[in-house]
Amino acid sequence: MQADFSQMCEPSREEMLAALEMRQGVDAVRKLQAATVAVCGLGGLGSNIAISLARAGVGKLILIDFDCVDVTNLHRQQYKACQVGRPKPEALLANLKEIAPYTEFETHFEKVTAENAEALLAKADVICEAFDNAEAKAMLVNTALEKMPEKFMVAASGMAGYDSGNTITTRKVTKRFYVCGDGKSDVNDGIGLIAPRVMLCAAHQALTAVRLIIDLA
Amino acid sequence: MVFYIYNMLTINGQSVDAAGKTVAEYLAEAGYNTVRIAVERNEEIVPKAKYAETVLADGDVVEVVNFVGGG
Repeated sequence: MQADFSQMCEPSREEMLAALEMRQGVDAVRKLQAATVAVCGLGGLGSNIAISLARAGVGKLILIDFDCVDVTNLHRQQYKACQVGRPKPEALLANLKEIAPYTEFETHFEKVTAENAEALLAKADVICEAFDNAEAKAMLVNTALEKMPEKFMVAASGMAGYDSGNTITTRKVTKRFYVCGDGKSDVNDGIGLIAPRVMLCAAHQALTAVRLIIDLA
Repeated sequence: MVFYIYNMLTINGQSVDAAGKTVAEYLAEAGYNTVRIAVERNEEIVPKAKYAETVLADGDVVEVVNFVGGG
């Protein structure tokens, strides 16, 4: 019989917090723990953003997607082969709980619309737009900036294809609106989506969210 | 020395001679698909419902963010 190590090594909340403070600084961790970030869309961008932010110590994550894990997602999204067919919010939640067991999560298995966005995102300090569809991206950004001007919006545009990662940037559009990506590489041009390039864009978004929370952006 | 610049505003960092035009007119001329963009004017979002009535003025700073697919 094999020994079960799964419960033996999990650190306590206090141990994880102390380790975070050692790496990221006490003041930054305090601000991050008090913050709520909404991740809208849990695909190549959103699943990576959520994992980065959970690791960085963001206190609460609101995870929203209407889709289920598909085999064509596995090359770039943070799901496991055994999770194909499961709703993305539920599958990502399971993975996040293994990584960051003391983070608070709220999941919504539904589509974000101009009508429900305000209610879904009410508690968020920062909103990460992580959809794949250009119209949906524009809808969420316009809705959030019009109806919830007190929140920070971190959106993405242009991360498809094999171009250099150095073309992916974070653009500060206004004090409360940032856009990450190269601004032009459209998946609909048939150039594909490559995990490391999508992850670069997701990392730009996650870092921008962290910087906004600790007042550096 | 004084420089006089007439009817110029800044759109995405470029000087553009578009003062007096509405946001809708400028976007149409520049070829934007309005369902895929967000427009900020002087640090504030221009609601889509107001593109047709918002007139660009000398000295405005405008940002047009164009979204492409992929995520």
